[in-house]
Amino acid sequence: MASGMQEKQYTPSLLNFFIYNPTFGPREGEEEKKILFYHPSDVEKNEKIRNVGLCEAIVQFTRTFCPTKPAKSLHTQKNRQFFFEPEDNFWIVMVVRNPMIEKPNKDGKPPTVEYQEEEILVSTERYSSTSLFNGTFGRAMEAGGVELLIQKLEKFFYRYLQTLHLQSCDLLDVFGGISFFPLDKMTYLKIQSFVNRVEESLSLIKYTAFLYNDQLIWSGLEQDDMRILYKYLTTSLFPRHSEPELAGRDSPLRPEVAGNLLHYGRFLTGPTNLKDPEAKFRFPKIFVSTEDGYEELHLIVYKAMSAAACFMISASVELTRDFCEQLDGLVGPQLTLLASDICEQFTVNRRISGPEKEPQFKFIYFNHMNLAEKSTIHMRKTASVCLTSVHPDLMKILGDINCDFARVDEDEEIIVKAMTDYWVVGKKSDQRELYVILNQKNANLIEVNEEVKRLCATQFNNIFFLD
Amino acid sequence: MSEEHYLELCENPVQFEHASSVNNVFFDEANKQVFAVRSGGATGVVVKGPDDKSSVAFRMDDKGEVKCIKFSIGNKILAVQRTLKSVDFINFIPDYPHTEFTQECKTKNASVLGFCWTNWNEIVFITDQGIEFYQVFPDKRSLKLLKSQSINVNWYQYCPETTVILLSTTVQGNVLQPFAFRNGTMCKMSKFEIELPVVPKPAKLSLSERDIAMATMEGACKKTHVLKLNTTGKFALNIVDNLVVVHHQSTQTSLIFDIKLKEPDSAVNMHQPVLPARSIHPYRIPLAGPAVVPSQPPVPCQLYSSSWSVFQPDIIISASEGYLWYLQVKLPPAVILLQDKGKLMDFLLRRRDCKMVILSVCSQSTSVCLLGLPVVATVFDKLNQVYKEYLEAEQTYTAVSLLNKRPVRTQAVIDQSDMYTHVLSSFTERKGVSHKFIIAVLMEYIRSLNQFQITVQHYLYELVIKTLVQHNLFYMLHQFLQYHVLSDSKPLACLLLSLESTYPPAHQLSLDMLKRLSTANDEIVEVLLSKQQVLGALRFIRSVGGHDNVSSRKFLDAARQTGDQMLFYTVFRSFQQRNQRLRGSPSFNPGEHCEEHVVHFKQLFGDQALMKPSTV
Repeated sequence: MASGMQEKQYTPSLLNFFIYNPTFGPREGEEEKKILFYHPSDVEKNEKIRNVGLCEAIVQFTRTFCPTKPAKSLHTQKNRQFFFEPEDNFWIVMVVRNPMIEKPNKDGKPPTVEYQEEEILVSTERYSSTSLFNGTFGRAMEAGGVELLIQKLEKFFYRYLQTLHLQSCDLLDVFGGISFFPLDKMTYLKIQSFVNRVEESLSLIKYTAFLYNDQLIWSGLEQDDMRILYKYLTTSLFPRHSEPELAGRDSPLRPEVAGNLLHYGRFLTGPTNLKDPEAKFRFPKIFVSTEDGYEELHLIVYKAMSAAACFMISASVELTRDFCEQLDGLVGPQLTLLASDICEQFTVNRRISGPEKEPQFKFIYFNHMNLAEKSTIHMRKTASVCLTSVHPDLMKILGDINCDFARVDEDEEIIVKAMTDYWVVGKKSDQRELYVILNQKNANLIEVNEEVKRLCATQFNNIFFLD
Repeated sequence: MSEEHYLELCENPVQFEHASSVNNVFFDEANKQVFAVRSGGATGVVVKGPDDKSSVAFRMDDKGEVKCIKFSIGNKILAVQRTLKSVDFINFIPDYPHTEFTQECKTKNASVLGFCWTNWNEIVFITDQGIEFYQVFPDKRSLKLLKSQSINVNWYQYCPETTVILLSTTVQGNVLQPFAFRNGTMCKMSKFEIELPVVPKPAKLSLSERDIAMATMEGACKKTHVLKLNTTGKFALNIVDNLVVVHHQSTQTSLIFDIKLKEPDSAVNMHQPVLPARSIHPYRIPLAGPAVVPSQPPVPCQLYSSSWSVFQPDIIISASEGYLWYLQVKLPPAVILLQDKGKLMDFLLRRRDCKMVILSVCSQSTSVCLLGLPVVATVFDKLNQVYKEYLEAEQTYTAVSLLNKRPVRTQAVIDQSDMYTHVLSSFTERKGVSHKFIIAVLMEYIRSLNQFQITVQHYLYELVIKTLVQHNLFYMLHQFLQYHVLSDSKPLACLLLSLESTYPPAHQLSLDMLKRLSTANDEIVEVLLSKQQVLGALRFIRSVGGHDNVSSRKFLDAARQTGDQMLFYTVFRSFQQRNQRLRGSPSFNPGEHCEEHVVHFKQLFGDQALMKPSTV
């Protein structure tokens, strides 16, 4: 019974995920029609209907208390349900099992199960990504009725749910922020100039976004759309392409292309090889908001070394080989040059600011205004795993503090003494949040406070951050 | 076609009596004076210079045909050559004897080709056998030979600006020997040879004075420059505004060369004409004289006539018609004729009256989107290059003002305010230009300024912000500010504050900017108080160490306005503590005008809540 003597830990996991619209099957016996998507799909029909009905009832019931703000989540001992109504009558529901610890009992009794009531960190970004790739539900309905909508949802969420890793979700997933690449003014202006020139000569391009090292530098899209696109690029598209690069296969250097101009540019979406006579010039389509609704765009992602440019073109235009070759010839050499410029500038700046050492402070910073995030806790975020340099328990404390901040509008500061000499400090000033994890032996509250002040003075002296 | 004539004759020519059997006309290049000598001087000599001051009229005895006549510098002494052997002198200095005196050339059997004044009292005779350098003593009516040099001379040319005489020697005449004269000394310079296209056999004089023109141009040009004429025939040269103008008589056209304009695709110093050949702008002679009838139309003047004489640098004389013109270059036709805008800018930036033409090119190239951003960028870079050079010169001048001459601000220096007033501000207002392009142009100008490390003036930033706001491009604005592309300044921070109602994040951006300025703590407090963030304001002013000097009334006013009693209590007590610390008593000074707040505090919390003076 050696194994039985140990505690068993269960991380949070996704139980159900479904989308329904109550108006699609209002009569008895037609309940199934309400369901547009259900995960896992192998659940028996009646259970599906039962669960959907339950949610519907909860939403209806709670509405009586506050008609304007319907319930967002329901906490029970075993699990937690999240309700989200992105469009009228369309509901997205997610049921997550709470993390728990199973403690074995010595005398052979069934194990005691301890459910941990914790803040599970989930964001509502899932709908946003849906809309990025599919437009609104209503729009799909208009285009092809319920069948098309169901089809689209199947296709999207099947993939999406695979990228959802609840156990590794943390504060950064809550923020859904954008990491900006630090850059000097002159190089930034050069990039501006590049974007403007490309948009001028290839007038089909409506919007451009520019990234370096998976960090954003310029977005022609509005903030909310960029946030979703950024999430897609950094958690899905870029990781998928980085692996072959790292493996050294498929070397992107193609000196034969574009005359004598040597460049490293290549398409991450669309054709992998322009020379291929069979190449297809199809690009993923995305939806972005406009002043009066949504517009559908082709998404061209073009990369040269660490610099990536996203060009968005109205979906009503058919993209041809000609266009792609033109883009390749124009953007490839310039982007290659810019990428090496940025790289050079970046190393110069790093040399000035001293050799990179393990940052003294472990912190997460987020600004709600521009969605800028900065973390010295996360080593590298890949699609599947999120490597952090601190214990998950500390990360949970960060989540708790964040929830406290969300409840009030005032500026706040929370200092928590955690286990084993760790201190966790959360500060909120106007729209900014800062979380610091300190590890100092026998430090007292005053010392911790001083330490955080010092951090603010060195790291955040160029912004208005009250301490 | 008429807007393509880039050369013109000046509107106010110097008029003189045209050459005839009784009237001889001479031109002195040194003083730029035209001499009209009637009947050998007996019926009058009229001298006309570039301005009225240098114009003189007098009479002299007719002692034979005049071959050459010139004033010394400053119209002090007149020299007249009537024979091949001698030169006559007349004093024009008041109180000096006016009787003529004569100097024969010293070299035996030599004939005088001509003479040149190198100073008010120094003269050089050029004979076919050499040169003789004299000093004139007008009071003694005599000359003293300073120096002479014997050398075979075919012909000579004189450059008055540098006081250099160029002599043509050898049989073919293509070896040129320059002499320089300065303060009574003569200096023989190294001779040089002009390559002849065809060496004639037997040898004969092949290079004539008409083939050579001497002039000073900005900057010493050490290397020789080759002008590609691509045609043959009779040429004449002028130098105008640092351009070499080549007139070609048989085609009746002129070409201009800018020897500083680099030709990237041709061999070193080979110059192509800047602009295609065009004739001088048609010119009409107004019928002059007292008998002028207003209704009579002016007569068209025959250009490139054989009676024209061309003198350096920019003079054209028609002796038969009695006119002396200055040749001028018109810049606007160049804008039409030169398609390459980068080359056009290079050309314009070196011209004298270029400013308005350049600015018009800028507003053209920005408004006509056809040219495209790369061209606009090139134009901006060229302008800012010159602008930066001037700023640097100005800076060194201020740093070491003793050593340098203050740098001259030429018209080619086009600064930010010029661009703002004449190009950019009207451009952003223009209808029918996409806002994308407008912003791209503004950013391109800012990029160019930054590239040359020129501090950007805040009104340019304001223009960018105004344009972005006009088109609801707040997120773009946000990103520019995030990367500090729009540099911090108080005016900019205030502008951002004013945008808060339409774009709430502007508030944060503005506060950040004020914080970075570090001289705007008062403004930050005002902003926070106006937002009723009284505690925030208090914490801020404490963190920057300004707590002791702030007005307590301002804070109490704001705290009371919030209606939050606890906040009022906290702020009130905090200032009482400050008073205690500063003055040993918690009470407010009368000067602080806090009486009503004290009353209010007592009303709310009672007398006993007031902080009592601590007893020692």
